[in-house]
Amino acid sequence: MSTGQIGGQPPNPRGIFGPKKQGREALLNALVLLGLVIVPLWAVMADEPFTITLVTRAVIFALAAVGLNIALGLGGLVSLGHAVFFGIGGYAMGILAWHAQNYVPLFEWPVLFEGTKSMPVIWAVAVLASALAAFCIGLLSLRTSGVYFIMITLAFGQMFYYFAISWARYGGEDGMSIYVRNGFPGLNTLDPIQFYGLCLAALLLGLLLHARLRRAPFGLALNAARQAPERVRAVGLDPLRLRLLAFTLSGAITGLAGALFADLNRFVSPTMFSWQLSGEFIVFIILGGTARLFGPVVGAVLFVLMEHWLGALTEYWHIGFGALLLLIVLFGQGGVIGLIAGKARAHD
Amino acid sequence: MTEILSTRGLCKAFGALTATDDVSLTLRAGEIHALIGPNGAGKSTLIAQIGGALSPDRGQVFLDGEDVTALPVPARARKGLARTFQISQLAQQDTVLQNVLLAAIGAARQPWRFWRPALSDAALRGRAEAALTRVGLEDHAATVTAELSHGQRRLLEIAVALTLSPKAFLMDEPMAGLGAEGAARLVPLLRDLKAEAPILLVEHDMDAVFALADRISVLVSGRVIATGTADEIRRNAAVRAAYLGDAA
Ligand SMILES: Nc1ncnc2c1ncn2[C@@H]1O[C@H](COP(=O)(O)OP(=O)(O)OP(=O)(O)O)[C@@H](O)[C@H]1O
Ligand SMILES: [Mg+2]
Repeated sequence: MSTGQIGGQPPNPRGIFGPKKQGREALLNALVLLGLVIVPLWAVMADEPFTITLVTRAVIFALAAVGLNIALGLGGLVSLGHAVFFGIGGYAMGILAWHAQNYVPLFEWPVLFEGTKSMPVIWAVAVLASALAAFCIGLLSLRTSGVYFIMITLAFGQMFYYFAISWARYGGEDGMSIYVRNGFPGLNTLDPIQFYGLCLAALLLGLLLHARLRRAPFGLALNAARQAPERVRAVGLDPLRLRLLAFTLSGAITGLAGALFADLNRFVSPTMFSWQLSGEFIVFIILGGTARLFGPVVGAVLFVLMEHWLGALTEYWHIGFGALLLLIVLFGQGGVIGLIAGKARAHD
Repeated sequence: MTEILSTRGLCKAFGALTATDDVSLTLRAGEIHALIGPNGAGKSTLIAQIGGALSPDRGQVFLDGEDVTALPVPARARKGLARTFQISQLAQQDTVLQNVLLAAIGAARQPWRFWRPALSDAALRGRAEAALTRVGLEDHAATVTAELSHGQRRLLEIAVALTLSPKAFLMDEPMAGLGAEGAARLVPLLRDLKAEAPILLVEHDMDAVFALADRISVLVSGRVIATGTADEIRRNAAVRAAYLGDAA
């Protein structure tokens, strides 16, 4: 299947008990994590709240791409519609909080529900709604592969985008502002560093899930379904079901990222559904390195940094970014992590 | 003897080309039933219909007395049909052990496990490693499949099928590309395997076929023109004319 080209691991000449460079990837991952802890703490001390916001943004994007990476990296499913789930997560937050802040009940039957400002509830709704959407979209699109799959997911993305624009009740094209950030029991989420802590915890959970998943029977089977679907069928497993579940999990995680993103900005709008954003999620993964656990994290951090620094220099920063991406794809052995740590090993 | 697998009146056409023409075959417990025939005779097409990858235009497939014609590939595999492919179908970027683990996961019907590594599951791993040892690939467990030699890949195909502990094997040219020596080394392995489950063996290597097969069917233009023991097939005039030529 042609989608397999972007996902997956390049073979490693020395097998799973391989080279020293493997240690370098672990070191690099540790350094990235350390940076994600130290930089915001420094920003607190230096009283640089904007830096915290920037890192929070990177961490949330990373979580969205970690979600996509389950479909793309493990399943080989190049979804150009993952902003759908990001957007659903965002609108889950927006709608629930809008009703709560405006004292307009969301529904009165069977029980009165006035919306909520509680993050845990919002997250649960965001995860369930985006999982449901991913399940339905997966059901309709996973029978296709390659370019057709890309086009269908793109089409779903556009559908949701235009639907959000026309949904006047929730702000239409202008979106919705939420005046006060939603709450989390025991924390003051208005404090940027506390909110950041929540986002980082979510990212770490997402990474842990991905790391376990890829080694578990499910990940092994999914990974094989990408490379040799006929074989997977011949051992009694159904590649379609494996992919459907991967796509659903993937959408759920990206949906959670969407809810966090909305809370970061205290704003949601149809651009959360845009295909450009879907494309950026893919770019994070390719930039960091496909089939690398930390690929989406490295990619998202680099993207946010470049957006900030290059974006300050010129509004055409995307051109420079595109050129960098091209170089990495052409000459990197699988993204920035590949440049630093060498080829990936076969997952174990 | 008990029939493990049989087909009844299978027909399959690709447009005007009749690839399978009223094929009725049986595979009995404990036997190797070889299917021979010239290139394009329809051997792989027949295997695909038995395995479920292709659905026949007419006719039925029975496994252990049950009509499985309507079942898709995974369901037939779960009922005990293990297939090897003429062109290897393996996860090339995975290790050899991971490829057999996949089969162990399939056989145990445990793909919906998300947390514990497959490698640290003793039952799955034991089953996979036993199959590797059986075909002599145990020293290559950690090798990435893409780096195996062609012959090793053929062995891995067999190990994967073996891991399923099937009721019947469907093997499409397991010796293709191995050379005379490589093929000769596979002969004892297949002879050993048939005690576990009978083998429907598509093969071009006539030395191997005559050494292994309890019965041989000859397929020409989609039609079985003869079925019999090795001796009967050697003596059969129609077979000599159509296929064996001077070779036999
Ligand atoms: N999907 C298909 N569509 C059209 N024709 C096909 C298809 N698959 C096979 N054929 C044709 O059916 C005939 C039988 O092919 P098949 O692959 O079964 O032969 P075979 O006996 O396995 O040959 P070989 O010994 O070369 O492997 C051939 O003429 C082939 O071209
Ligand atoms: Mg063939």
